[in-house]
Amino acid sequence: MVKKGQPEKLIVKGKRLDGRGFDQMRDVSIKAGVIPEAEGSAELSLGETKVIAAVYGPREVIPKHLANPEKGIIKCVYTMASFATPDRNRPGPSRRSVEISKVMAEALTPVVNLEKYPKTSIDVFVEVTNANAGTRTAAINAASVALADAGIEMNDLVTSIAGGKADGQLILDLFNPEDNYGEADLPIAYLPRTGEVSLLQMDGELTPAEIEKLLKMIKKACEELYKKQKNALRERYKLK
Amino acid sequence: MVEKLLVENKNIVVPGEVLAEGMNFLPGKRAFREKEKICASILGLVNINGRVISVIPLSGAYMPNKDDVVIGQIEDVGFSGWHVNIFCPYPADLNVAEATRKYLDTNKTELTRFLDIGEYIFAKVIKVSSSKFVILTMKDRPYRKLKEGTIIKICSTKIPRLIGKKGSMVNMLKQSSGCEILIGQNGLVWISGDPEKEQMVVRAISKIEEEAHREGLTDRIKTMLGGENGKKRTARETNS
Amino acid sequence: MKILKSHLKSVISKGKRDDGRELVEYRDIKIEVNPIQRANGSARVRLGNTDVIVGVKIELGEPFPDTPEDGVQIVNAELNSIASPDFEEGPPRPEAIELARVVDRGIREGKAIDTGKLCITPGEKVWCVFMDIYPMNADGNLFDASALAAIIALKNARFPKYDKKTDEIKYDELTNEKLPIKTTPILNTYGKINNSIFLDPSSSEEKVLDARISVATLENGNVCAMQKGETGTFTIDEINKITKDSKKYAEKLRKLVK
Repeated sequence: MVKKGQPEKLIVKGKRLDGRGFDQMRDVSIKAGVIPEAEGSAELSLGETKVIAAVYGPREVIPKHLANPEKGIIKCVYTMASFATPDRNRPGPSRRSVEISKVMAEALTPVVNLEKYPKTSIDVFVEVTNANAGTRTAAINAASVALADAGIEMNDLVTSIAGGKADGQLILDLFNPEDNYGEADLPIAYLPRTGEVSLLQMDGELTPAEIEKLLKMIKKACEELYKKQKNALRERYKLK
Repeated sequence: MVEKLLVENKNIVVPGEVLAEGMNFLPGKRAFREKEKICASILGLVNINGRVISVIPLSGAYMPNKDDVVIGQIEDVGFSGWHVNIFCPYPADLNVAEATRKYLDTNKTELTRFLDIGEYIFAKVIKVSSSKFVILTMKDRPYRKLKEGTIIKICSTKIPRLIGKKGSMVNMLKQSSGCEILIGQNGLVWISGDPEKEQMVVRAISKIEEEAHREGLTDRIKTMLGGENGKKRTARETNS
Repeated sequence: MKILKSHLKSVISKGKRDDGRELVEYRDIKIEVNPIQRANGSARVRLGNTDVIVGVKIELGEPFPDTPEDGVQIVNAELNSIASPDFEEGPPRPEAIELARVVDRGIREGKAIDTGKLCITPGEKVWCVFMDIYPMNADGNLFDASALAAIIALKNARFPKYDKKTDEIKYDELTNEKLPIKTTPILNTYGKINNSIFLDPSSSEEKVLDARISVATLENGNVCAMQKGETGTFTIDEINKITKDSKKYAEKLRKLVK
């Protein structure tokens, strides 16, 4: 059954509706150091999906009893602006944003040398300003650059992109129609130096073999993203 | 195993970036070894010193260490000392016995008459516990309460550049402005002298902070100071 | 806490658990079907000492604007203080939201409920299926216990009495008509400590594990939902092995679904 607003096909003549190839991600641009008030920040666009990330801290933990005398903690708040979606999105935390904030913090924590920052909180805030699928992956990519920009000691950056399936075809970096009407979505966060996965979620339906293929596709894309993150950080301090 | 250096001095590197391969190299500050590789653990500039490769940070919050010289602000007064904000995630304590060589009878003297809330001090860190309790002293010269003057805060990672090789940069600032300047490793700087000259020093420090990672900074600052002093002189001459 | 980790670490690296289980062994599972008479369907699952009740309520409501001809599925979890010293009263915390959303995703993406059959008047009136998860004792792996209880409760849920002509509904009278259930998605949750991966983490294992992964699979072995949790990581090879192995482990739990 074709739902209202649903395109008849997601893949036409071997191309996706926005003209991309199956393993092609949308254009990515990253700029570090966009919020001077924050210790570190980054603005990132992934096609039409746009996010801004800021890092405050290490700073005193509030409430105090959450402080760990042996190491720092990472707090993550993902929010979506009310104008970021076709229908006005009610401001404030939703169940969805609370979950994404949680898995984002867990995706970023493994690369941060938290033992250097006892009793403190490193607070990561990400605002999605324009949403066209892939907001959590965009948010993680931006947050990782913002953390590095903040001069936080880390052992790696974190890269993130989704794989998925539409019209039976495995694809990289879903945009809205593919996210809404495709068969599966598999967002991943990948640590480029160690090759480990620090965020993994999935919905839809995939065979284990398809998951294996997607992970390969995602890994390759994440290595590309890593280069862009590095460039953004270097650009920030490049000689003018 | 091939020994391979992958970066040059003063290259900008990102956290997790591989700096060298081979057991002959050693990780210095803000670098770590993983198997044969030496990697950066912060966004910064490469510093190669023989076999030791370290990274000089470009940004980041101040974290206190023993023997650091800092500028702090009195935040609260207790029975036997003061809580001092040293502009880092941890509050510092200054005990009465460490505040002055004179005898202060805490029963008779109101502590705020000696150091009041909001006042600034120039002090030394004498102890940092593993869970980051910080103890200060200011009983020896040149540590003291800071009176009239301008106080600014810059990123603590730029302080070495502000001081310069053997104090060359700060001495240049002092000589050309006639101001007294005290520098805290936590990023706070106290400048005292002719108010107009204070402003000139503030502008110069702001330029040093912005361009700390660039070559030829000393010359640019020299030109800037010369120009400003020159301009003032011309103005006065015109008036007279 | 540190000592506990090294103890568990050494036990698990020998391929054993501190409670004597194999790495890929579930604790004993006991199931009660429809213990809650007031609910349209319910199940109580005991997984070792973990004890979860899931109640299904079927009510009339409005469809979502983007799916006017589908019924509504809502999963909620209440981590009340009764079940653990670690649970506090107050608004739902991220852990509760994550639990509910992971259970929801397995059922939704596995298309367990034939939501197209829950439509009464397109765009106006549909059946809403609420699944509420209430842990009574939280001794680890609330994910699998809750997901199992949810699918059993769904399979045993019956509609309330409803007269379409008069639009009269009697929530206190249940018919014999069951909810349209198409598939049986099963959730398997694994923990990871160092490089050992194990099924069905207990609460003491949960307190020290590096990472967690939950995989929902269908009868044909296809994966319909996944979620990684905690701050550790998995390698791509580990993920591939887990997604392949899950069919086998899910089958064992699926046999218990009545």
